[in-house]
Amino acid sequence: MTISSATTAFSRFGLGPRQGDLVGLSDPRAALLAELNDEAAGQVVGSELSDSPTLYKSVRLIQAARRKARQESAQSADTMPMDGTSTGAGSVETTTGLSIQQIAQVEGKARLRAVKRADIGFVERLVAFWTNHFAVEAGANQVVRVLAGAFEREAIRPHVLGRFGAMALAATQHPAMLTYLNNAVSVGPESQLGERQVRGLNENHARELMELHTLGVDGGYTQADVTSLAKVLTGWSIGAQPRQVDSYGQFLFRRQAHEPGPQTVLGTVYRQPGLAQGEAVLADLAANRATALHIATKFARHFVSDAPDPALIDRLATVFVQSDGDLKALAISLVTADSAWSAPASKLRTPQEFVWSAVRALDLDLPPRRVMAMLRDLGQPLWDPPSPAGFPDDAATWLAPDAMTNRLDAAELMAAQAQGPDDPREFAQAVLGDAMSADTATAIQRAESRAQGLALMLMSPEFQRR
Amino acid sequence: MDTNCPQYGLLHPSRRMFLASAGAFVAWASLPRHAYAGTRDPRFITIILRGAMDGLAVVPPIGDPDYATLRGELAIGAPGQEQTLALDGFFGLNNAMPGLHAMYQAGEALIVHAAATPYRDRSHFDGQDVLESGMPGAKLSASGWMNRVAEAIPVGEGVRPVTGLAATPTVPLILRGAAPTLTWTPPELRPASSDTRDRLLDLYTHQDPAMAKVLLAGIETDRLAGGSDPMRTGKGIAAAFEQIATGSARLLVEEDGPRIAALSYDGWDTHSQEGAESGRLAGLLAALDGALGAIKETMAPVWGDTVIAVVTEFGRTAKANGTDGTDHGTATTAFLLGGAVKGGRVVADWPGLKDNQLFEARDLAPTIDLRAVLKGVLRDHLGLSETVLATTVFPDSIGVRPVDGLVV
Repeated sequence: MTISSATTAFSRFGLGPRQGDLVGLSDPRAALLAELNDEAAGQVVGSELSDSPTLYKSVRLIQAARRKARQESAQSADTMPMDGTSTGAGSVETTTGLSIQQIAQVEGKARLRAVKRADIGFVERLVAFWTNHFAVEAGANQVVRVLAGAFEREAIRPHVLGRFGAMALAATQHPAMLTYLNNAVSVGPESQLGERQVRGLNENHARELMELHTLGVDGGYTQADVTSLAKVLTGWSIGAQPRQVDSYGQFLFRRQAHEPGPQTVLGTVYRQPGLAQGEAVLADLAANRATALHIATKFARHFVSDAPDPALIDRLATVFVQSDGDLKALAISLVTADSAWSAPASKLRTPQEFVWSAVRALDLDLPPRRVMAMLRDLGQPLWDPPSPAGFPDDAATWLAPDAMTNRLDAAELMAAQAQGPDDPREFAQAVLGDAMSADTATAIQRAESRAQGLALMLMSPEFQRR
Repeated sequence: MDTNCPQYGLLHPSRRMFLASAGAFVAWASLPRHAYAGTRDPRFITIILRGAMDGLAVVPPIGDPDYATLRGELAIGAPGQEQTLALDGFFGLNNAMPGLHAMYQAGEALIVHAAATPYRDRSHFDGQDVLESGMPGAKLSASGWMNRVAEAIPVGEGVRPVTGLAATPTVPLILRGAAPTLTWTPPELRPASSDTRDRLLDLYTHQDPAMAKVLLAGIETDRLAGGSDPMRTGKGIAAAFEQIATGSARLLVEEDGPRIAALSYDGWDTHSQEGAESGRLAGLLAALDGALGAIKETMAPVWGDTVIAVVTEFGRTAKANGTDGTDHGTATTAFLLGGAVKGGRVVADWPGLKDNQLFEARDLAPTIDLRAVLKGVLRDHLGLSETVLATTVFPDSIGVRPVDGLVV
């Protein structure tokens, strides 16, 4: 097949080429498939990274210390901290030794490392897709902010080439998600806790689980199904007692909050006791035909086109059903479809894809906090989407006047710090390859400086479109 | 949202960071001047409160005998509680909105209650789609009703062609469509050199006209908005709301500026710890109140020609849920304000709050179609015909009669 070009492999399915990457890629499709078999792909490691329970303990300790400091300063106005920062982790004995902001930066740094290290970046793109599918919002509260990176490492990455059902279960049970969508505090009205009227039902998580994570908004469920699922999920919570070290900061099924008795979801009666009831519903939702169609459509839209070929959606949905939600099979099915390569590059790289590609192309060594600030300025802060629906990825959203001028500002900033060849023409040849148009080549050649030439390269339609 | 505000002070906030954190944006399209016969040069703004605002907590029906019992802990202004701002005796206004209350008393603000779009399910995303597309259902149109309003304005002799302007990183559905819309937010990153911009524009013009169009629009809007104040920092959500409001208002006042605009504020999805009196919702309402005040102040020279519609995708459950919040519901409140509004009253056909009066026994029942309110404004303020309103702006809405007498 001549249809699969190296530049398409990198732009549509990957994170863009680094210097020298394009030359070495003789069979792009095979290389993408090979990356799926590379056990190191999609892995994030680092001794500075902590697991969720440790991070949860940390944020609770920091919060407790802040409360205490506030109380003390209220008692003695003289000792009130002037800058509001002196009650951070520096003075608190935490499990990580890091402040909330530092934890976010450590996580961002690990993601940046994974982005730069990836061969083509197909698996990292899959990770980003699924993290955005099971979106948590770092800005929701401090617990989610601290756990957002760990959520990706613990609930998404281990399953990114595994089973959808397993990923859905891991995401649903993760403390970040349970906190974000309020299920941790949802209590069955007829449960032991509900009878004492301590708290009650919260259907937020149940609704998004059906609307966004599995069936899709047109997936055929009703308000009654949402309420039933909310009851099914009562008790799915987080261990909050520091003394109970086995469960603190981890998923914990609270029997005393769980709505007893059978529940009917989508016409099926679930009579299982306790945790097994929710696991059974979740497994059925994951295997539902509507879920397959929802995922296949979103997958094709994300990677190929905002208006994907219906035959491609059908192909992906069929594979999803027949493989029992095997996400590796889904990825293989995508890159072995000719229409996934032949569709014109009509999508625009999202801000994150743009920055990752630029960092790789220019071999940038920017401090993670600057990269994260840039992503925020460009409208796509790391792990902080505007809603549970995640960030949009269609061209209509990002192809907007202010977004373009912002991108240009960011491109100039990054171009000024590029490592690599002195001659921007040589640079562009290595990054844009045979996709570079004569107009772009001319514009770069006529640039008044290397930095200007590289900014034009980053902003060229060949680099921006995918 | 409120739990995050203290953190802003620890970072180096940028204007855009505020915008992104508030999840908000502004967008507007311009209207040809003098398009509407007469001496008026009308301005029209829609403010979308994303996440579903709890109308019963914002404009509580304190005169309804079932209100206090139904709402329980969430009730405000009920007998025995701190009084809310007085409206007409039956309804009160949340104490977090003194600015809106003053406008109400001055006859410049009108409150609509128990209103809803035609959407009856409870998905935020579909609900906003219906609110913004103006269609009878979700995902029926790729264009928004305000864009179709801009298109429908008759362009007469001597009227410059319709061009648009928007203050957001992205174009919201409500303004998407054939009539051009630009986007803008105040520059924070170091602006790229004009030389590089020109070169890039030249490249796009040859190679990718769609990108050329948006880049040109971006350059033009940065130039137009060049006079904006240095950013204000450290005030969290209230500052973010006010910044968006002031920036938009400043452009709307301009002689050659835009005439219609859409702003939006996120964060109204109060599933837990709703805090109508002093918590999260009260904070949001106070920020909104401040933003509305900033618009009035900035638009003072043209305030008499201005109508602002404040709307949300749907309301919330009438009863509290189990976590001191409310889940997705149906009917809610909307506000109309501006010097051109015939205000000082609450427009409502109150459905009642007894179990059998609630929609599906859980939500405030809708008795006013939000489109009827918007149609009334668009007909009397912008001069659109009822036919255009019923077929183009809000398709398939012939049965939804415009509300009369909303505009002075």
